[in-house]
Amino acid sequence: MELRGYRLPMASSLLVWFALWEVIGRLELVSLIPPFTEVLRAFAEVVPTEDFVEAATITLQAFLIGMALSFAVGIGLGIAMGRNRAIGSLMGMWVNIFESSPLTAVVPALMALLGFGLPTMIVTVFVFSVWVIALDTQVGVERVNPSLIEMGRSFGASRRVLFTRIVLLAALPELLAGIRLGLIRGMKGVVIGQLLIAVVGVGYLFELYSRNFLMPEFWALLIVLFTFAFLASEAVAYFERKVSFYASSR
Amino acid sequence: MTNRTSPTSEPTVPGGVRNPGDPAVRVVDLAKVFAGGVRALDGVTFDIPRGELTSIIGPSGCGKTTTLKIIAGLLDATSGQVEINGTPVTRPGPDRAFVFQDFALMPWATVLRNAAFGLELRGVPRKEREATAREYVAKVGLSRFEDAYPHQLSGGMRQRVGLARALAVDAEILLMDEPFASVDEQIRRKFQEDLLRLLSEEDKTVIFVTHSIEEAVYVSDQIVIMTRGPSQVSKVVRPGVDHSGGSGHIRRSPAYLDWVERIWAELQGYLET
Repeated sequence: MELRGYRLPMASSLLVWFALWEVIGRLELVSLIPPFTEVLRAFAEVVPTEDFVEAATITLQAFLIGMALSFAVGIGLGIAMGRNRAIGSLMGMWVNIFESSPLTAVVPALMALLGFGLPTMIVTVFVFSVWVIALDTQVGVERVNPSLIEMGRSFGASRRVLFTRIVLLAALPELLAGIRLGLIRGMKGVVIGQLLIAVVGVGYLFELYSRNFLMPEFWALLIVLFTFAFLASEAVAYFERKVSFYASSR
Repeated sequence: MTNRTSPTSEPTVPGGVRNPGDPAVRVVDLAKVFAGGVRALDGVTFDIPRGELTSIIGPSGCGKTTTLKIIAGLLDATSGQVEINGTPVTRPGPDRAFVFQDFALMPWATVLRNAAFGLELRGVPRKEREATAREYVAKVGLSRFEDAYPHQLSGGMRQRVGLARALAVDAEILLMDEPFASVDEQIRRKFQEDLLRLLSEEDKTVIFVTHSIEEAVYVSDQIVIMTRGPSQVSKVVRPGVDHSGGSGHIRRSPAYLDWVERIWAELQGYLET
């Protein structure tokens, strides 16, 4: 962004929005929106509390375990679908259906099956994120230049070597895109799961704050989640940009 | 590289003694039918003399590349076979190296690593393979670009990397699939001369697929002319253009122009069908 020839840092856009937020909050137009400074105060107050630390820990735990499962299964499934036409056509339809279906609806069923604890949250993260990872991995594996594979074969590469040194690396741009989208979906999954369960983690805090109309605390918690989601996806995007130069030149 | 001129360094051939006069490659009654019933080749037979450059030329769809890939062991023949030094080909082997039309360079690897990749796949230790690759990267004129990535190079430079990679594995037979097709005309001429110069130092048997008659006459000792419908060998000719006079001289010489014309006449009939 540029203003009269001066380059402004990205953060300046945030400052403008925060100022606007503060003004609207001060005018007391909408009770849902407290002044931004109020939110910051609540933020400083909430974050060190035991409730928050506990909620954050269990949320992070569910998220990380769920994502680890998603990576393992999603990437494995995607590779199988991309490499083997039979598996691709057998699984493709189902993966596409799950990927585009409103999975929030299955969370209550998961609760009935797995209870109100960690297992439900982990499975929620998993079912939200695994499909997009599988689909993007499949696309990446399918788009590997056939010449590269022939090149490897012509120089005597075994199937395993071909796979680890050529296919996997060539599929990396799509693989990382899948991982980034998967992380975002997983994040949605863990929050939606907890909101529906309503007695654990961040979901419990959201319930607590909104029911008691503690809007500054509510917004502070949202900001924590936004920031975490943004940083996680930016971290993957950073690696994506590093490999993007060859997505077009394969 | 003169290490292959001594007879003791020649690999022994199962199934018989090898004479210098024997062809390096024999293509015997080769047929290929692709899934869906497309007949790509039908009874293709020719010999590739040792230490020479043989071009395969013909209209697109005549099965030139298919033939080359069967020789490489990348495709299976439906019937007939390819013999290398008397042994039938069943899979790719260290006696052959392939140069790809679209270069087939790994975009995530530097020029040096790409050039060394054939050796890497054969398990040559890092130091050794990088020394060999460095030597060939220099021979194709890319010393300054060892640490560059393929996307930073022009098409012609990328193909030089592809050539360095194929030469680095020191295979006896070099298979080149329209190597200059994606390179523009000026670069192409320079490249043809560089290729001939490089090959004169290397003592290789080269099979060179091209659709350019001029290119075939200019670089080849022998030309296999293929036609389609059915895809067969129509003629094998030996233009034997004298290269001693420099490229400008050759391209104006009556013998060169005569051969270009003769091959054109041979192919013309099939193009109009």
